[in-house]
Amino acid sequence: MDFNDTPEEAAFRAEARAFLNANAVLKSEHSRTSGSRAFNAEDVALSKAWQGKKAEAGFAGFHWPKKYGGREGTQMQAIIFAQEEEKYLVPPGIFNQGVGMALPTIMSCGTQAQIDRYARPALFGEEVWCQLFSEPAAGSDLAGLRTRGARDGDDWVVNGQKVWTSNAHFSQFAMLVARSNPDVPKHQGLTFFILDMATPGVDVRRIKQISGTSNFCEVFLTDVRIPDSQRLGAVGDGWKVAMTMLANERFTVGQAEGPDFDDIFRLAKLVMLDDAPAVNDAAVREKLVNWFCQAQGLKYTRLRMQTALSRGKTPGPEASIAKLVSATKLQEIAAFGVDLLGQAGAVMDSETAPFDAWFQNALLYAPGKRIAGGTDEILRNIIAERVLKMPADMRVDKDMPFNKIPAGPR
Amino acid sequence: MNFEFSEDVTAMREEVKRFLTKRLPTGAVRHQIETGDAFDRELWPELAGMGWLGVAIPEAYGGAGLGHEALCMIAEEIGRALPFVPFSSSIFLAAQAILEFGSEAQKQKYLPGLADGSLIGTFALAEGAGDPSPDAVRTEFASGQLTGRKLPVFEAAAAHFAVVAARSGSGEIGLFIAGFDAEGIARETLATLDIGRPAATVTFTCVAAEALPQAGNWSAVTRLLDQAAILFAFEAVGGAQAAAAMALDYAKSRYAFGRPIAALQALKHKLADIYVATELARSNAYFGAWALEANAPELPAAAAAARISANEAFFEAAKENIQIHGGMGFTWESDCHLYYRRAKQLSGNLGSARYWRNRLIDRLMTQNQTAAA
Repeated sequence: MDFNDTPEEAAFRAEARAFLNANAVLKSEHSRTSGSRAFNAEDVALSKAWQGKKAEAGFAGFHWPKKYGGREGTQMQAIIFAQEEEKYLVPPGIFNQGVGMALPTIMSCGTQAQIDRYARPALFGEEVWCQLFSEPAAGSDLAGLRTRGARDGDDWVVNGQKVWTSNAHFSQFAMLVARSNPDVPKHQGLTFFILDMATPGVDVRRIKQISGTSNFCEVFLTDVRIPDSQRLGAVGDGWKVAMTMLANERFTVGQAEGPDFDDIFRLAKLVMLDDAPAVNDAAVREKLVNWFCQAQGLKYTRLRMQTALSRGKTPGPEASIAKLVSATKLQEIAAFGVDLLGQAGAVMDSETAPFDAWFQNALLYAPGKRIAGGTDEILRNIIAERVLKMPADMRVDKDMPFNKIPAGPR
Repeated sequence: MNFEFSEDVTAMREEVKRFLTKRLPTGAVRHQIETGDAFDRELWPELAGMGWLGVAIPEAYGGAGLGHEALCMIAEEIGRALPFVPFSSSIFLAAQAILEFGSEAQKQKYLPGLADGSLIGTFALAEGAGDPSPDAVRTEFASGQLTGRKLPVFEAAAAHFAVVAARSGSGEIGLFIAGFDAEGIARETLATLDIGRPAATVTFTCVAAEALPQAGNWSAVTRLLDQAAILFAFEAVGGAQAAAAMALDYAKSRYAFGRPIAALQALKHKLADIYVATELARSNAYFGAWALEANAPELPAAAAAARISANEAFFEAAKENIQIHGGMGFTWESDCHLYYRRAKQLSGNLGSARYWRNRLIDRLMTQNQTAAA
């Protein structure tokens, strides 16, 4: 066992550092990452420019073919670059859906014309993508979605509502799944489209979350016409295409950002309980140790997965562990950080609350981390069914035509 | 970066696993204790013959010199298979203490025998209830003789000698080797929670003993505890996996309400949580293995994290294994209780969870101060 890069990895890391040093500023020691900041127009412009710069220099699309502007590199290079980039103050990443998910899916399921049209503008940060999957009545049960796509001549006419869409308000394109045939079982009646967000009938509204910020949107689709040439994959193959895309998502969904062990440990040393630092209290220690063991366990689990990757293996559903553990840990740490402050825990004023009310803010966005990108419950099902090979749950609607499935009161 | 066991160790693991699966019927320990013997006297020389006992003992002292990574792997497989042998007492503790703190002559004298299995050692620290602490050591070493009472001393009936923590004339705690055939030794068998880990009260009355010269104070004891904690953590990770695998197999084959109970979400989520806890524990143990092999300054924190997470995962897996088996899991004939017992044995053997939690936080506080200074 060792923590050293291979000679190739070390050379790449040096290359990445040289690029980052020349183009970005290192973070300060205690800079705080938040999992909830909403992006404004300036952020978006800066993000696009930064993505363009990275793509020009060959630090984007690591596993993309060279002919589309990629590097034809390795997953390890992507990881190493992300590790290094994390140390710098850079604009927020808004290209995961496009570069990490949409385009790899278009490359494996799309036409050559689609690849040629969309690959480079996505990679070079000119076009932002979002994902129109979830609906008010279809979250974990994605295949139960109700947005209707009806064929009309050379077009499809789409009507319905999508929700929990990150970045929809500044995206140029979306990956959209709609129901093209309600008379067949739910997984068989779906079709996948590439939607130009400027199409008439697309209405994007920001959702105000419990924290008061707006990271997500709801998207209303009213008689939206999509040319058949924008269909991705065959009619009725939407589920297959969506699964291809979600397999790519596994590489992009990581840990929940926010206060972690080091931060709650620092707070526990600052805050006094009964005239002594809180860290001396046995009940406080019990909790701190749990989070330390989880944080360390996740760190070294990630290193074990990277070892597998660097040996050419593909990470499996085991990757669900990081999200499952870190989201709950985040919520617990945020809640405990608030508890430690006693009567002042309820104060969110950034002048008064320690660390700019970081724990209070995290408390308000943490619930979303346990839902987005696969709920805790779905992740446990994934681990049980795909890692432990436990039999799938009974699905009463599996072979029933979609329009006969009971939907409950709405 | 390489955060997996070396190819040699991985290949050796297959051998170890194959041997233990073939050689030991499940729950073998249950039948062996009925013989009334202190350990499986047939299996022990076989383990020695394959070089497992001496795997981390240098070749110069009769071992295989393959390092602690290999020993960690064997610890994990032993945790899975539950052989009725004094492996941990003799190798994780006695041999480790001599390797770390013994004189050249002591290493020459004891290590070859420990490696070939002809000599069995154990470790005597506790003197009744309570966590490891210099104040709790009342056994005294004076004029070359030990006097005091240690309990529990695991595998005392199987062992030829013990490494004993005692207070010397200077008031410092040291480590001393005392032979069990010496005059003044009395061993009184104790009933134990874990039937696979017999123990005794050992009374020393003016027993001739020799000091391990490099163990001059309490920090030697804590260092030995840290090193052993990583090996025991691997044992717990092996146990957790075995108990979880039993539960999973049973859930897949047991039908109720017309389908395997493994299809029920209540069981899926339970087993998914145990899987996650075990994987995190395994990762912490791997970091411990690295720290042990590299003799890194991170060793104390790594040991505590590895031990705490492994013991928690193991107990969770062991108790839920019984629950998933239902009434069957509550019977003597089922293997469930063997893991249940072992999980609790491991969680107290080097001090309670509370002790290790406190040590971890204390350690992180000093590390922080060092970093700040």
